[in-house]
Amino acid sequence: MSDKSINRIQDEIIEEFSILGNDMESIVFYIMELGDKLELLEDKFKVDSNLIKGCQSKVWLNAEVEDHKLILNADSNTDITRGLISLLVRTLSGQSLDDIIHADLYFIEKIGMNKVIGSQRSNGLTAMIKQIKLYALAYKTKLQQQT
Amino acid sequence: MSERILTEVISANPAMIRKQFPLLDQQVNGNPLIYFDNAATTQKPVQVIDAIDGYYRGYNANIHRGIHTLAEKATDAFEQTRSVVRSFMNASSMEEVIFTYGTTDSINLVAQSFGRKFLEAGDEVIISEMEHHSNIVPWQMVCAERGARLKIIPVNDAGELIMDHFDQLLSPRTKLVSIVHVSNSLGTINPVAEIIRKAHLAGARVLIDGAQAAAHLPLDVQELDCDFYAFSSHKMFGPTGVGILYGKKDILNEMPPYRGGGEMIREVTFEKTTYNDLPFKFEAGTPNIADVIGFRTALEFILEISKPLILQHERALLAHAHERLSKIEGLRIIGTAREKLGVVSFIIEDLHAFDIGMLLDAAGIAIRTGHHCTQPLMKRFGIEGTARISFSVYNTFEEIDFLTERLLKIIKIKRR
Ligand SMILES: Cc1ncc(COP(=O)(O)O)c(C=O)c1O
Repeated sequence: MSDKSINRIQDEIIEEFSILGNDMESIVFYIMELGDKLELLEDKFKVDSNLIKGCQSKVWLNAEVEDHKLILNADSNTDITRGLISLLVRTLSGQSLDDIIHADLYFIEKIGMNKVIGSQRSNGLTAMIKQIKLYALAYKTKLQQQT
Repeated sequence: MSERILTEVISANPAMIRKQFPLLDQQVNGNPLIYFDNAATTQKPVQVIDAIDGYYRGYNANIHRGIHTLAEKATDAFEQTRSVVRSFMNASSMEEVIFTYGTTDSINLVAQSFGRKFLEAGDEVIISEMEHHSNIVPWQMVCAERGARLKIIPVNDAGELIMDHFDQLLSPRTKLVSIVHVSNSLGTINPVAEIIRKAHLAGARVLIDGAQAAAHLPLDVQELDCDFYAFSSHKMFGPTGVGILYGKKDILNEMPPYRGGGEMIREVTFEKTTYNDLPFKFEAGTPNIADVIGFRTALEFILEISKPLILQHERALLAHAHERLSKIEGLRIIGTAREKLGVVSFIIEDLHAFDIGMLLDAAGIAIRTGHHCTQPLMKRFGIEGTARISFSVYNTFEEIDFLTERLLKIIKIKRR
């Protein structure tokens, strides 16, 4: 659960990546390493209904709501995508539904991630962000209907 | 130049060849570009780029209909390509050389024209497990429409066609056999001469998908005796958007046109239209004039170096790559046919092909990852996809060494 704001976390990520400079190989290796630290997604969540279709990599995303905050768990079948996901989870998991709905994820461009994955290849990631926002919106609507 | 000197020009001094490819001289992600995605498309020599540029700057005009000077010049240049293509594959006449938009388009032409005319309910079309989707889907479509059946020649563990099985599949019901000459995923060179001979004995026609062969292997359609042969300009140093369909004249004459429009007609009235002669009958509408003209220069580039020398260089590269890659622990080469060309597909334990491709790209190495439009073949090997490197005349042994080094580094970091 995060007590830092989305933007605070984004700034930290940008700071971490700035140490790597422009060396694309180091950046990609670092992203892969980040993936190793991503909390494992239980197999029961790796189902087609949680699957987000990317280009060549698969992403499973499970979202639950706890106390008006969205809790994200995700995994991928490729290391690099898993690393990219870990950054999204780190930034967005545990944040309030409203903050997620309105989040501007500027760190992606700032750390050159769009360059790493190119416009076509990043589709999986774009799809994932969209899906997270949709979950947040859906849960919000549901909660509003309950009250 | 003597053969020996020419060989040296390529293998000892690839700079001579590379100099003709402006694109190769660039840095990608801080490293000199290594282009190992030639099976997808090759780079273009400056002559080809100039030919296209020259057409647009000097004599752009629509062909076959104009009487003005530019139209004559453009028509001549366009038809000149047809003539070079004819001799490149030794077709017996220019009427047998049909311009299409690529291999896919050529195969679709045969499926829609030959297929719809000659396939009947219960007839069979034989393809193989290693076909590109372009040589699967058009047949599925026409077979579904005509009530015909698709039969599949399986592939063994080395990635070779199981020819005994082919013999069993052939029957009087077989109307057409459509087989890839060289597999884009495995590099396997198929025994097409044997396939053609056997299919003919059974009374079937044969189409050869030469997309991965035309730039590399000797090509003599009369000697092969195939009924159709299809290939793409962009995989042989030429521009995109140009393909060739070779067809035997007697069969082409029996086939109906499959696209209607200008160029392909002789006379149109609302009651009845009569069609133009070969090859124009199959070339409806304004063709890709500029790129067809550019294609000729690409063929001349190949002929100038000479195909046997290109092949020799590519075989040497393949042998070197096999030698290097097979020493890497945890790396498995997919496709180990005895007769193989130009392509090395591999997987690495615990590493997804996508990660391999991304990490190599970060080092400036362009490879292909995924299923390479051969999903049934991937399924046969029980894998999702491979990392694939594919060679052309401008690749060097040093590039393969650099790739090997990078792969070792990636594996080392991964295992850490
Ligand atoms: C064996 C094979 N057949 C057909 C094709 C399709 O060629 P094109 O996309 O140029 O139509 C390819 C191209 O990847 C190929 O490798």
